[in-house]
Amino acid sequence: MTPRFAVGSPVTVRRGNPPGHIRTPYYIRGKSGVVERVCGEFRNPEELAYGRSGEPKQVLYRVRFPQKHVWPDYKGPETDTIDVELYEHWLEA
Amino acid sequence: MMDNITHTHDGPDPHAPRPDHDDTITHHRMLEIAVRELLIEKGILTADEIREAVERMDARGPHLGAKAVARAWIDPAFKARLLKDGTAACEEIGIQMDQATRLIVVENTPSEHNLVVCTLCSCYPRMVLGVPPDWYKSRAYRSRAVSEPRVVLAEFGTHLPDHVAVRVHDSTADMRYLVLPMRPAGTEDLDEEHLGALVTRDAMIGVTTL
Repeated sequence: MTPRFAVGSPVTVRRGNPPGHIRTPYYIRGKSGVVERVCGEFRNPEELAYGRSGEPKQVLYRVRFPQKHVWPDYKGPETDTIDVELYEHWLEA
Repeated sequence: MMDNITHTHDGPDPHAPRPDHDDTITHHRMLEIAVRELLIEKGILTADEIREAVERMDARGPHLGAKAVARAWIDPAFKARLLKDGTAACEEIGIQMDQATRLIVVENTPSEHNLVVCTLCSCYPRMVLGVPPDWYKSRAYRSRAVSEPRVVLAEFGTHLPDHVAVRVHDSTADMRYLVLPMRPAGTEDLDEEHLGALVTRDAMIGVTTL
């Protein structure tokens, strides 16, 4: 599986709110960041949680977001960041 | 001789018995016992294998992470490997790693400070730090470490100037994180073992510095 995004690519997290076991924190949905690293392929936890195979595997990324963008009233310098692990199907270009 | 004994059990008991907390069969305790007994009864696991696994888990602790940190401080080539692939570098120094997750080591520098949290549950690098402290699993830490990390850091006594960027890492999936703290000044003459003794659990989570 070829990763859709490369290190440094700008990405936006989908705004979806599907039911079930989700590993995309609510606070990061709809936010934009930059791919910090490509972590490899992992079985999809949203499927594994229900006893299914988790196949096809999903590419997992670490995406870096500026804190000022994530929390509008964030108190701290512009340089502060938060990195979140996100599966490819949650990311948009 | 009896005159010298001041501790007696006459009169009000100075240390009244405290109630036991292990006599309540909660849902999860019952579930654990039922599953364990079934696994043994069906011959899938032996009681000894379960005991050994628990002993292995209990033996893990911050001394393992500290060993990796101290080695990285004295061996630049090891440090480079640790930052590139934390899992492989820890295996190299004899730490048994979990095969389901990968360890990412993040380095503190004079311009960057790293802080680890798991907002969704309590993912923690147990392979190198053992069992997480209770506060790490608390709702307050999990929510505030991402939204106001500098306030949380200050509560741990860690005051960072604005020219140091705070990098929070939310362990939401298959990665686990270990912070490589900065080597304290004045430790140039210490060997690996003594350096390792300086490295604390909280510094490897990133809530404190050394």
